[in-house]
Amino acid sequence: MTMKMKKTRNRIIAVLIVFAILLVCEHTGLMDSLPKVAVFVIFLIPYLVIGYDVLRKAAINISHGQVFDENFLMMIATFGAFGIGEYSEAVAVMLFYQIGELFQSYAVGKSRKSIADMMSIAPEYANLENEAGEIEEVDPSDVEIGSILVIKPGEKIPVDGIVVEGDSFIDTSSITGESVPRRITEGADIISGCVNKDSVLRIKTTKKYEDSTVAKILELVENASNKKSRMENFITRFARYYTPVVTIGAVLLAIIPPILGLMPFSDSIKRACIFLIVSCPCALVISVPLGFFGGIGASSKKGILVKGSNYLEAIANVNTLVMDKTGTITKGEFKVKTIAVNPSANIDEEQLLKMAAHLEGFSNHPIAKSIQEAYEEKFSAKPDLSKVTDVKEYAGLGISAKYEDDEYFAGNFKLMSQNGIEADETTEPGTIVYIAKDKKYLGCIIISDTIKEGAAKAISDVKTSGVSRVVMLTGDSKKTAESVASEIGIDKVYYELLPADKVERVEELLNDASNKVAFVGDGINDAPVLMRADVGIAMGSLGSDAAIEAADIVLMDDDIRKISDVIRIARKTLRIVKQNIVFALFVKLLILVLGALGIATMWLAVFGDVGVAVIAILNSMRALED
Amino acid sequence: MKKTYKCEVDCANCAAKMEDAIKKLDGVVDARVNFMTQKLTLEAADDVYDTVLKEAVKACKKVEPDCEIEI
Repeated sequence: MTMKMKKTRNRIIAVLIVFAILLVCEHTGLMDSLPKVAVFVIFLIPYLVIGYDVLRKAAINISHGQVFDENFLMMIATFGAFGIGEYSEAVAVMLFYQIGELFQSYAVGKSRKSIADMMSIAPEYANLENEAGEIEEVDPSDVEIGSILVIKPGEKIPVDGIVVEGDSFIDTSSITGESVPRRITEGADIISGCVNKDSVLRIKTTKKYEDSTVAKILELVENASNKKSRMENFITRFARYYTPVVTIGAVLLAIIPPILGLMPFSDSIKRACIFLIVSCPCALVISVPLGFFGGIGASSKKGILVKGSNYLEAIANVNTLVMDKTGTITKGEFKVKTIAVNPSANIDEEQLLKMAAHLEGFSNHPIAKSIQEAYEEKFSAKPDLSKVTDVKEYAGLGISAKYEDDEYFAGNFKLMSQNGIEADETTEPGTIVYIAKDKKYLGCIIISDTIKEGAAKAISDVKTSGVSRVVMLTGDSKKTAESVASEIGIDKVYYELLPADKVERVEELLNDASNKVAFVGDGINDAPVLMRADVGIAMGSLGSDAAIEAADIVLMDDDIRKISDVIRIARKTLRIVKQNIVFALFVKLLILVLGALGIATMWLAVFGDVGVAVIAILNSMRALED
Repeated sequence: MKKTYKCEVDCANCAAKMEDAIKKLDGVVDARVNFMTQKLTLEAADDVYDTVLKEAVKACKKVEPDCEIEI
């Protein structure tokens, strides 16, 4: 509680006691003997104590030409009550209004704090090591690039850098949502915002604080609630009309029935006062941004950065998910999948791999590298390249070389047929390297990109969360594309696409207005597609600026299983916000009707204002949980 | 130029009204009063920024006398 709130609380308690005593006096008839003016003054004192700030604000606002302000409305309503002789009612209304306001600001403050705590990734200090080797505590923003920082166990990494000494586990959960600690050793990149778990690390900074991951994320999350959702825009527009309309209704209600002779003025004014109390739009206006704020908070806790309330709203309605293949569904790393030897050649799988690794030993091509890696994994040694001579590379085809005086070819099917080698063409998906010795076919090695762990689960989760169609885009061949698609349950595949074709495909989907399209990519060469889709989701690759820039939603740890999480959080948030709107409107409308009919009391009307707001705030807090 | 300031405001509707008032000022490119983060973001051309900022604070005080903006 702030000082301001504590003061209000004390004032409320004092007035509550006085008011209770006055009520007792009133009901036991102690005041009956007093003149009316005296009773008025007795009630006016607690009224002024509890409501003077409301009256002051109302007066200032009127002088500024702000008529439809809630302070003003409360003032008129309570003045009305005084005017018709309902003194205790007037004090009660003001008292409960203040209690409600206090509750409201307390609840909002509380939720604001719990969201802020969850995002408490900002480092407070950095341990800077100076030239003399002494350590001093400095502000992270004062750390220059290339400085040496010492990070003790339990401390946050203040600035991005490289480990120069030490070996430890770091907790990246506040950045990525990943709970398993990551092992980090000398030479490794280290990201700010993570927590050092085990032992002391010395790091050399590579960025300034304001360019570091932690500062970027904080800025993003802070600005996220600046982008308004459609619902929020709607409700603020609605509020602009709601208050004046209800106020005019109140005036009409006060004047017309008595003129028509239906009821005395005292009765109609009382009913009009109820209108005025209910006309405050705060419950509506507050619950929408609060709900979205909670949803964004819940997402960032899981390592999902949502860059605006509007994107959270958009992802909740997505029915078509378009995914890029390489780097998104697959790891983007090539690996030897199968080794198939020609049965008629006198060679086994290990020998074939050995030959291939030696032939490809000089090449830097990703395919060649994957063969070298497979060899190193199997034999725990690098190929001995001294026996390899006369290496010739054929662009787009393969390689030829001599090994112990035998002539070898390694490459695609075209290379084989060009050299008159009869190879068995395989139908398996992936990139295939055929190998021949002295023009005789030995066998082939099939290399493929590995599908990410949990990709199939990610797709099925997305579908259960309500997305009806999952589409995959790739530049790869039909065979490779279709095999990946069927393995993980993709509905539709577009293959052999150039980057520009991908934009075109997404645009085709967008042309159908019933499609709400989200695109998931690694953000490296698909930035145009990310921007074009209704919602662009990028793999964050832990600090890749390009991806974070282009996308609307960023998955910090590249885990596509998080897509269904963010959809679920978004749907829940939207549900909560809608509940709040419907609930608040319904209660207000109900009280307006009951008030007009003379059934509702002013007390009920106060509940209709502040009570509803508090309930809506409490409901909004659920968006924060997951 | 776009800058963010701390801004204490008590109710969500007041924040919306302050935002409207600032947006109506001459020279304001964009403005946002964020009730949740209690921050004011003001975007205006560099050469008139300081005057626009002063006007914006004045406009806020007018619609919501209790707001506090730290410049």
